Amino acid sequence: MTPTEIHERLKARFGEAVGPLSEPKIDPFAVVKGEAIVEVARFLRDQPGLELDFCEDLTAVDWPKRNVVEVVYHLFSYRHRHGIVLKVEADRAAPRVPSVEGVWKAANWMEREVYDLFGVEFPGHPDLRRVLLPDDWEGHPLRKDYQEAGGWHGIGNVRESPLVELRRLDEVAMAEAAKNRPPPPPPPAPAAPAPAAPAAPKA
Amino acid sequence: MQKLILRRVNAGGDEMLLNFGPQHPSTHGVINFLVDTDGEVMRKAVPDVGYLHRSIEKIGELVGYPGFMPYTDRIDYVAAMFANEGYAVAVERLLKLEVPPRAQYLRAVSCELCRIASHLVSVGTMATDIGATTPLVHALRERERINDLIEELCGARLTYNYHRIGGVAFDLPGGWKEKVLAYLDHLDGGETPSRSMLAEFDRLITYNEIYLKRLGAVAVIPREMAVGYGLVGPNLRGSGVDWDVRRDVPYGAYRDFKFDVPVGRGIAGKVGDAFDRYWVRVQEMRESARIVRQALEKIPEGEFMAKVPRRIKPEAGEALSRVESARGEMAYYVVSDGTDKAYRVRARTGSYLAMGIIEDLSPGMMIADLVALIASLDVVAPEIDR
Repeated sequence: MTPTEIHERLKARFGEAVGPLSEPKIDPFAVVKGEAIVEVARFLRDQPGLELDFCEDLTAVDWPKRNVVEVVYHLFSYRHRHGIVLKVEADRAAPRVPSVEGVWKAANWMEREVYDLFGVEFPGHPDLRRVLLPDDWEGHPLRKDYQEAGGWHGIGNVRESPLVELRRLDEVAMAEAAKNRPPPPPPPAPAAPAPAAPAAPKA
Repeated sequence: MQKLILRRVNAGGDEMLLNFGPQHPSTHGVINFLVDTDGEVMRKAVPDVGYLHRSIEKIGELVGYPGFMPYTDRIDYVAAMFANEGYAVAVERLLKLEVPPRAQYLRAVSCELCRIASHLVSVGTMATDIGATTPLVHALRERERINDLIEELCGARLTYNYHRIGGVAFDLPGGWKEKVLAYLDHLDGGETPSRSMLAEFDRLITYNEIYLKRLGAVAVIPREMAVGYGLVGPNLRGSGVDWDVRRDVPYGAYRDFKFDVPVGRGIAGKVGDAFDRYWVRVQEMRESARIVRQALEKIPEGEFMAKVPRRIKPEAGEALSRVESARGEMAYYVVSDGTDKAYRVRARTGSYLAMGIIEDLSPGMMIADLVALIASLDVVAPEIDR
């Protein structure tokens, strides 16, 4: 099935909860209402003929201008070799999207990553902890407005360029060498003007 | 993680909380496992990852499209060619760019050589983890020769930066084809498969009685579990799912090649056990050698780089690329907002989700089998953490 056909079946079953398919730029997608995503996911996985059993990717994109965090689901079916892209838009201030961990186990770690790096809460997730960053990290780095906190537990994230230190050492060494060097000999008397170069032989 | 440690320490009794890693030779990089044990049996092994997190996805948003290519190498430095290719394919889809056929063939050749090298590391280290030290030396010796070949092709031995948006960086060097063919004859024997390196490897380890007994029916991942947890590549095929992106959703030049997709058959015990995942990798090396031979034979003449604008500015949109990496399907999701920097770059890697299965698979397993499980999943720490 093409994404359009899958989308039609979704539309027939869920109506308003599933938005229109985006104009096919490269990969078309459909925006789904957050509260419906678990039902939609279960329908897509279990419905004969659809059977999207592989949650290929679950990630997020931050859009400060539209004030949303999009959670993006790439779904695929090994049996039918078709797939669809779904998106759920969540409010940036307190993004909450129901977890699809109960539908695809693969979502467990991917939702943890989205929680870690984007700060999206997934109600219904059994073990929503930070995964890549330390537990007490502040902020969510893949948000567009993330500001580095200037290190973590005394470990800085800025350092002086090593070249600065190298140059300082170099200058010390050069000053040392200049001190020990014998005074330069007096400048030699100006040499007699060089004889004029012989004219080029005629060809 | 902190809470778990405290809870177990306070519980007392015969149970023990072991820290397996982060500096442990069997964890294949810097990964920590908190292993909750009752004697030799695990209650649970909780992976703690992130030690190698370098925020590569954030870097992808900060540098321009071509500038991100060297960073992709660092996503998986055991099989960097695929990380290059996945990113290149994603941006080419955004740009709607046609890659010249010669470049596609060069990509296939470089990737399949890289796959052999990566699988050699995988099967060699797996043997070491189980307790057979010799095979790793054999495997690394062979991998060195592939590294030499790839070095001649692109100048680097690990972080290749060979693929470009729109093609590849260099054409075949003179005399390289013959060297590769000679190496492949050494690897899979060509006309006389029984005298090849892989046959030697099979005699040494694959069908070794001890090895079969050690890995048979250990860490079995049933088919439904493998699909549900999003395992990909050899791990998925080891569980009996006949799926390969190269054959089923072909990209690049793979339409033109004939090759088989090995699928786990439960030779040592059950379908989906640690041995099946190992065995699939050994067979895949043979198939990769077949692909390289076909590609070198049929490689078309012509350009190896498409006409790409100097400033790469795809129109707004998003694209997903799927390539079959040595560690399974690697997907890049690139979002463009019409500027010369990607709005979002996401690399979805096989190892990350393979880590997700360990916590649920470990209850009831022996501690010693955890090593077999990690090795058979072929996780590579930089690919988990990115």
